[in-house]
Amino acid sequence: MSKANIYAIENPVTHQPGWIGSRVQEGSENTASPYATVGNIAVPNPRMSARSVNVFYDEKQAINNVSLDIGLNEVISMIGPSGCGKSTFLRCLNRMNDTIDICRVEGEITLQDENIYSKSMDAVLLRARVGMVFQKPNPFPKSIYDNIAYGPKIHGLARSRSELNEIVETSLAKAGLWDEVKDRLTKPGTGLSGGQQQRLCIARAIAVSPEVILMDEPCSALDPIATARVEELIDELRQNYTIAIVTHSMQQAARVSQRTAYFHLGNLVEVGETNDIFTNPKHPLTEAYITGRFG
Amino acid sequence: MTEIADSTRIVKESLNKRYASERRFRRLGLMAIFFGVSFVLILFADIFSKGYTAFLQTQIELEIFYDPAIIDPGHTNDPQVIGKADFAKLYKAALKERFPDATSRSARRDLYNLVSNGVAYSLRDTVLDNPGLIGTRLTLWLVADDEIDMLIKGHIHRDAPESDRRVSNQSIAFIEQLEASDSVRKSFSWTFLTAGDSREPEQAGIGGAVMGSLFTLLVTLSLAFPIGVAAAIYLEEFAAKNQFTDLIEVNINNLAAVPSIVFGLLGLAVFLNFFGMPRSAPLVGGLVLTLMTLPTIIIASRASLKSVPLSIREAALGVGASKVQTVFHHVLPQAMPGMMTGTIIGMAQALGESAPLLMIGMVAFIVDIPTSPLDPSTVLPVQIFLWADSPERAFLERTSAAIMVLLGFLVAMNALAVILRKRFEKRW
Ligand SMILES: Nc1ncnc2c1ncn2[C@@H]1O[C@H](COP(=O)(O)OP(=O)(O)O)[C@@H](O)[C@H]1O
Ligand SMILES: [Mg+2]
Repeated sequence: MSKANIYAIENPVTHQPGWIGSRVQEGSENTASPYATVGNIAVPNPRMSARSVNVFYDEKQAINNVSLDIGLNEVISMIGPSGCGKSTFLRCLNRMNDTIDICRVEGEITLQDENIYSKSMDAVLLRARVGMVFQKPNPFPKSIYDNIAYGPKIHGLARSRSELNEIVETSLAKAGLWDEVKDRLTKPGTGLSGGQQQRLCIARAIAVSPEVILMDEPCSALDPIATARVEELIDELRQNYTIAIVTHSMQQAARVSQRTAYFHLGNLVEVGETNDIFTNPKHPLTEAYITGRFG
Repeated sequence: MTEIADSTRIVKESLNKRYASERRFRRLGLMAIFFGVSFVLILFADIFSKGYTAFLQTQIELEIFYDPAIIDPGHTNDPQVIGKADFAKLYKAALKERFPDATSRSARRDLYNLVSNGVAYSLRDTVLDNPGLIGTRLTLWLVADDEIDMLIKGHIHRDAPESDRRVSNQSIAFIEQLEASDSVRKSFSWTFLTAGDSREPEQAGIGGAVMGSLFTLLVTLSLAFPIGVAAAIYLEEFAAKNQFTDLIEVNINNLAAVPSIVFGLLGLAVFLNFFGMPRSAPLVGGLVLTLMTLPTIIIASRASLKSVPLSIREAALGVGASKVQTVFHHVLPQAMPGMMTGTIIGMAQALGESAPLLMIGMVAFIVDIPTSPLDPSTVLPVQIFLWADSPERAFLERTSAAIMVLLGFLVAMNALAVILRKRFEKRW
């Protein structure tokens, strides 16, 4: 029996309004104990929704029966102690886990009502629609221009050189990087500062016009000033994109997100309005985490 | 308080010990390097001191009369007739003229042996090229015989008893007369670099072996690089990780350790006996060396693919690149320098390989310089092997000189590998 399940028994949680318990039960025949999430996992206008998601690395279960909606044009943050499965869950949303041989995903995740794990969904197309920004800035070892142009090029988004130039410029502008790099577009992207590199990666993700952008601790390798710049950017991007961000900083979650989901040992413990979560956590584990008793 | 002072003292004592062991290790390391470097230096110095004289050739100055009576008695001007003439008579006549006193049979024999018998062919070729020479007189520097060459270079000692050296007193007397009139010189030997093999050391060169090595390596490179890289990419990036691919991996590692002569036997059985490919041909040699270098290239290529960080792959996949696009647009360019380095090291190995080539007949005595990978030929290491086996003293210096050339190629290739690695050093 895993640790997660011990918690489940020790802290039985009552059903909360809005929790679609029956759907969760359906797909979870191999989870020893159903783990109820506190708070409303659903939103009126979901861009993506996950239902009864279980993730295994070989035999080890990393995500246990998680259901969660990601609403249109919202920033949802995922917090929790390290190793609780935040990254694993995030990487399910664009099937990045496909690249890990031992990783197995169960349950249903939809993007605009299309099951992303169905046969008809192409992982390559999905990743064009659900972009990703990683923990460590990882620009291609190519020029700044090529970093941005690569995605549109392989997807055939630009019909001409001038269109491509335009995409590069608007993407960099949206990422707030255009003024800083417009004179050095042919210089290698790896020559930028850490914060600039991360914004370059965000611009690269934007360049293929995704519907959702996933960010896995995008600021953990940045200094406070670069972090503030990226947080500002996330706030601006909310107008046009849906953003799911994993962060280990509760302040960051409070600053940038409208909803917050708290993960604990593979379980989604609590989800709700960011304000509510931080001012009035309902689950004892959430409270323990945000008051700093563990993390 | 005393506890702290105590522990400081203990740490201090242990520090001395640690520093001493560090110093010991440094000394050992320096000694190891010193030994390694000095052995290499001794090796190089030995080979160089023995071999550099092979790049020089003794020549004798004689006045040649292109005697029409010998070359073309019927005044036909027909190249067929001229080609059949006995051109050795020309330099023999010139020698007789120079040394009119040498009349005994043995003196004549020694006299004629001063000059390489290859001179007859070069005289014929110049006349065929320029028939206008017939009837004229020209002063020429003629290639000396290899024994005379050895004498001039000091490998044969003049003061040794006559029975102990291969040059007679009579010959030495001739040479000393020629030397007195400044008619003997050593000049740079293009023959050594351009000619094919020969039974006569002064006519033997490494041109044939260099061309043979070149064709062989060309075949090896054009097969081993694409096949090796493709196999590495497939195994590393696309193949499912299961017991079957594990088995393949183990076997590739095993192949890398198989003695090269086994590949030669395989080549003999498969390429020559089964497919009936030509014996002694660089094509077959290249195929055999391909088998031999493939494991090296695959292992090096896989290692360099592995060293490309996951973050680059994730970045590409994250913007929607397919697996193939990720590999070919991002991973491969990063891995290429490592792959090329591995390939060059494999090629250098192949260049120095002789055992497997002996098996497929590249050890034959071949005078003609190959002009295609299908012509019979030999390769540098085999040429070294052949010369090292020859009794003539002059082949000894040629052996060392050929080793110098081979080492030159190897050093150049390894330098290229280092340059490539430096030039395309990973930049992230
Ligand atoms: N590639 C992997 N292979 C095996 N186990 C993994 C892998 N990635 C993550 N895990 C495991 O899954 C659990 C959740 O990890 P992760 O999602 O990275 O947590 P978080 O991002 O919240 O810190 C951890 O116990 C971790 O050890
Ligand atoms: Mg993580």
